[in-house]
Amino acid sequence: MTTDVTKTGAAARPGLLKRIRNSDVWWSFTRSKSAMIAAVILAVLVSAAVFAPLIAPQNPYDAAQLDMWKAELPPIWEPTGEWPYLLGTDTQGRDMLSAILYGTRISIVIGLFSVVLSLLIGMTAGLCAGFFGGVVDNLLMRFGDITLSIPTILIAILVSTVVRQMLPDDLREIGAAAVLVFAIALSSWVQYARTVRAQTIVERNKEYVQAARLLKVPARRILAHHILPNTLTPVLVAATLNFGMAILTEATLSFLGIGMPPGQPSLGTLIRIGNQFLFSGSWWIVLFPVIQLCLLVVVVNILGDWLRDLLNPKLR
Amino acid sequence: MTAMTSHKTSALSVNGLVKTFDVSAPWLNRVVERKPRQYLQAVNDISFEVPLGGCLSLVGESGCGKSTVARLVTGLYRANGGEMRFAPGEDGKPLAAQMIFQDPYASLNPRWRVKNIIAEPIRELKLRNTAAEIEERVVELLKTVGLSASDGDKFPHEFSGGQRQRISIARALAGEPRFLVCDEPTSALDVSVQAQVLNLMRKLQDEFGLTYLFISHDMSVVRHMSDRIAVMYLGRIVEEGETEALFAKPRHPYTQLLLETIPNVKDPHRDRVVAGGEVPSPLKPPSGCPFHPRCAMATARCSSELPAVRTLAGGTRVACHLVTDE
Ligand SMILES: Nc1ncnc2c1ncn2[C@@H]1O[C@H](COP(=O)(O)OP(=O)(O)OP(=O)(O)O)[C@@H](O)[C@H]1O
Ligand code: SF4
Ligand SMILES: [Mg+2]
Repeated sequence: MTTDVTKTGAAARPGLLKRIRNSDVWWSFTRSKSAMIAAVILAVLVSAAVFAPLIAPQNPYDAAQLDMWKAELPPIWEPTGEWPYLLGTDTQGRDMLSAILYGTRISIVIGLFSVVLSLLIGMTAGLCAGFFGGVVDNLLMRFGDITLSIPTILIAILVSTVVRQMLPDDLREIGAAAVLVFAIALSSWVQYARTVRAQTIVERNKEYVQAARLLKVPARRILAHHILPNTLTPVLVAATLNFGMAILTEATLSFLGIGMPPGQPSLGTLIRIGNQFLFSGSWWIVLFPVIQLCLLVVVVNILGDWLRDLLNPKLR
Repeated sequence: MTAMTSHKTSALSVNGLVKTFDVSAPWLNRVVERKPRQYLQAVNDISFEVPLGGCLSLVGESGCGKSTVARLVTGLYRANGGEMRFAPGEDGKPLAAQMIFQDPYASLNPRWRVKNIIAEPIRELKLRNTAAEIEERVVELLKTVGLSASDGDKFPHEFSGGQRQRISIARALAGEPRFLVCDEPTSALDVSVQAQVLNLMRKLQDEFGLTYLFISHDMSVVRHMSDRIAVMYLGRIVEEGETEALFAKPRHPYTQLLLETIPNVKDPHRDRVVAGGEVPSPLKPPSGCPFHPRCAMATARCSSELPAVRTLAGGTRVACHLVTDE
């Protein structure tokens, strides 16, 4: 599994692009249709979200752009649909397409930051537990066990409720995203910690680490230069799959009303709002955000699965 | 143990070395299953001297504690008892020991380029100052072990086992040691490659005046390399003496057994476990002489009394009740 990555680097010198194109990863990628389709869809979704302010017909946060007379318009292909509201509008005259693009942006950003934060927490804990062993290992991993025995969503609810209560009122709205990132990260770091710990124990006992120990290389440097790079591959796979999970957790929290506020709706918030109109006949207010969320999570998971199969020599 | 008298000054003298591993089950299991703590005596009261500029080999079956001795000597493990003394080098500082490992695949970091692997000791020990000097030294070392300068840019997986072992040797030399501990450096290699690597090691020994503590389970390799041989059995040295004396007249029954099983040319990959019964578990060592369950000459005394180490006329030390200085 390590050889793929090193081979990519080993070809050295001839430009990055060429190196990528010569690598095993690229080779496998061009042979997996599902991975390619998923990557294309993900690229479209992400770039649409990133460039939302340029693409979206409307800024859904700007109250001045909302037109109450255009409220609850159906999608454009329905008889009463109106240009430019391609996917219809909600009860406040907000363009659904714009709301979804902006919402995707928020969902992706929160998902990304929470994965990065939980990676930081999990990898640090795993490296320390695996390398130092003993009491450090016991403390960290038992704490991890406890965390795992509580359902992710419950931890996230707990953390986000507690942190919100601690924030002053005027910060709650602004801090909502940060609270979510923090809550999701705290509920999902254990998996990384376990993966990295297991790999660290394997690497720690390898002779190249002992060669470094003979030279009295400080533990910090052994961890950073020798062990960490050799634990990255499995972590990368877990992180990709967890990115999808993080987006879902965020959506769930927002759906439950303890996530992003209606003023800055994420996909989950949009679904919660739309849910109220499901039976009044305005199905588009909830259906399109749901489709977008599913699409996003499914393509991320397909890519994650592909990466896992690729990097796991036992499955090849 | 009796202090031995050697004609040469010794680079390392080890006296009564002991290493015990705590192999107890985790605390909770012990409490639940009411098991006591369990200790494994991997190295038991070992004494030897390595002649300066010479080579002492440790031989013995798998699990007899050879690697543990190597790790104690290099400081990777802390001894539970006994003492080790390195002779001071020319600059008055004790000789620094470096190590060559058994597994050529696990001993090089797969993500580092060879030049960085070799440069690590130079950087860590601050043996050169500028990047240019380090690079120059790396190239010099690569050439010393028979590789080319351009090999430095490659990764370990691009090399064969023998070449990797050369890289390991280059890394060990980079630390400018006077003392090298080689833990079965060739046992993972093909026979033809083994000879090349062993010859390289001998050449380097002459060139740099290195002292080797060499570990092997292969008597023919050991004969090629060493001045003195120490035969280990279950954490103890049962016989130690000059190579030729030991081969010409093995005194201890275990040494005799080992010599009978020297691999022959036709069948080089013989079992590394010698014939004649199982090796007892070091967790439950036999009473008296540790070798008595397998010894053809064992008497009643052997199962009750640990034989003392005796120094014979030729300087050979043996631990066996039946061996006498005739
Ligand atoms: N870190 C450790 N913890 C517990 N037991 C150990 C440890 N290291 C070695 N042992 C035990 O000590 C004994 C001696 O092991 P050692 O590795 O020194 O043997 P060896 O002679 O080098 O064998 P081999 O030829 O297989 O390398 C073995 O029974 C082994 O199980
Ligand atoms: S002491 Fe007894 S059992 Fe041990 S080697 Fe000598 S004869 Fe064999
Ligand atoms: Mg060993």
